[in-house]
Amino acid sequence: MVINNPKVETEALNFYYGATQALFDVSIRIPEKKVTALIGPSGCGKSTFLRMFNRLNDIITGTHHKGRVLVDGEEIYNNHVNLVELRKKVGMVFQKSNPFPKSVFENVAYGPKIHGIKESSKLMEIVERSLKAAALWDEVKDRLSSNALGLSGGQQQRLCIARALAVEPEILLMDEPASALDPKSTSRIEDLIGELRKNYTIVIVTHNMQQAARVSDYTAFFYEGNMIEFDTTEKMFTNPGNQQTEDYITGRFG
Amino acid sequence: MKNWKEKIIRLLLVASASISILIVLSIFLFLGKEALPFAFDPGLSALWGTRWIPVSFKEELFGLLPLLTGSILVTVLATAIMIPFGVLGAVYIAEIARGPERDILKPFIEILTAIPSVVIGFFGLVVLSPIIKNIFHLNTGLTALSGAVLLALMAIPTVISISEDAIRSVPKSYKEASLALGAKRLQTIFSVIVPAALPGIIAAIMLGIGRVIGETMVVLMVTGNAAKITFNPMSSVRTMTATIAAEMGEVAFGSHHYRALFWVGIILLLITFGLNVIAQKVLKRYRTVE
Repeated sequence: MVINNPKVETEALNFYYGATQALFDVSIRIPEKKVTALIGPSGCGKSTFLRMFNRLNDIITGTHHKGRVLVDGEEIYNNHVNLVELRKKVGMVFQKSNPFPKSVFENVAYGPKIHGIKESSKLMEIVERSLKAAALWDEVKDRLSSNALGLSGGQQQRLCIARALAVEPEILLMDEPASALDPKSTSRIEDLIGELRKNYTIVIVTHNMQQAARVSDYTAFFYEGNMIEFDTTEKMFTNPGNQQTEDYITGRFG
Repeated sequence: MKNWKEKIIRLLLVASASISILIVLSIFLFLGKEALPFAFDPGLSALWGTRWIPVSFKEELFGLLPLLTGSILVTVLATAIMIPFGVLGAVYIAEIARGPERDILKPFIEILTAIPSVVIGFFGLVVLSPIIKNIFHLNTGLTALSGAVLLALMAIPTVISISEDAIRSVPKSYKEASLALGAKRLQTIFSVIVPAALPGIIAAIMLGIGRVIGETMVVLMVTGNAAKITFNPMSSVRTMTATIAAEMGEVAFGSHHYRALFWVGIILLLITFGLNVIAQKVLKRYRTVE
């Protein structure tokens, strides 16, 4: 499989928590405006890998890496990289929904505000557009000023997606975004991913194999810090090239 | 035999646990009993006066307003000093300081709480008051401001340690979400973390204020003890606590003056009690959100 002009790319990436190595020589080319799923058992390094793309691992003390991570062909682990711009371009949705204890409006407007937008009409426009893009607008348009913590779990997670979209990212990292949700909310999130793929490059970590099969175009299988196999989702789920991948996908371990 | 022993132990435990209730109730009763006769003669309206001249050959005056304004002035000033230092100090220790820095800072802040107030008062008399006198060209350095600075010093450790707990208990996920949106560290601290910790910080400030209002020795030593109504920080004032401490030893038992001092105590108790109730309520609401 050849991927030209990848949106995100790593070359021989190794990552260490202190003396413990969490990623081993991972090289991947993630295509633009597609959904790429990272699967594998707990502790295999897939979340760590995801957090390399917006440099969120930087906030953990005692970590370091070797190798390269490129977004749009540019090395992001570089002293002159503007972290604010990088994280604006690479949005993230977390495993446990984490809206701020503020109003629905303030949650979505937070990103645009810190990036310097002050006009309330402009903010309102962004909030509406983002909530619509996250398929939440109809449910919350009458209570934009009420506390976000009063929303249901599924709504909170879609609010977090809207919050991430509000700064107009190009890449969306999703770290098991539906793992804490009920099946109905999960399917809404999956539908949403299907919509968002048109405009965004999405990298999603998931535990749930069926979910990876349903939502993604490409799938990478991680095991013990190594990327074992990376291919189109169709190929990975019908005819994997590696025995370990097959064993994991068919549920023989993990 | 065994059953009998257990009963005794149980009884001892219950007694130990309820002794604080007993003490609080008896303090209320005692205060009320000593203060009550004043309500009939000369009447509570005597307390609502602008002059406190409890010992006089002509006319004794028991107006509490100068004492109340004295306490309020000192407390407001101390609070204004305490909030920025306490809250920013807590932010620094909880979010910015690295391990070794924190290991140095925290013990020093804790030592501050362990200094007896009379020693702080002494420091105020010898060091702080002359400085304030010289800076502002005053006749005396024994002012409301001097007391307020020292009281703030005493309350800051409380404010810092409770605020720090509140800041630390803000879920890490808020911080991650904010950073992931491109916010800088200080933006994240002041627009997400501090607001999320605000109920705990407010409770910390309330407890700090409670400490300031109730403190006696420092204000007795450095505020000059002039019972007058003023809102000038450079003026000498007399607080409610200092009044009780200074006059209770010499007052004639059972006199109007004696009973008026008990009223001062009751009012003081009501104020600190109110502050504590508010602080507890705020803290409780904070915990249920968690």
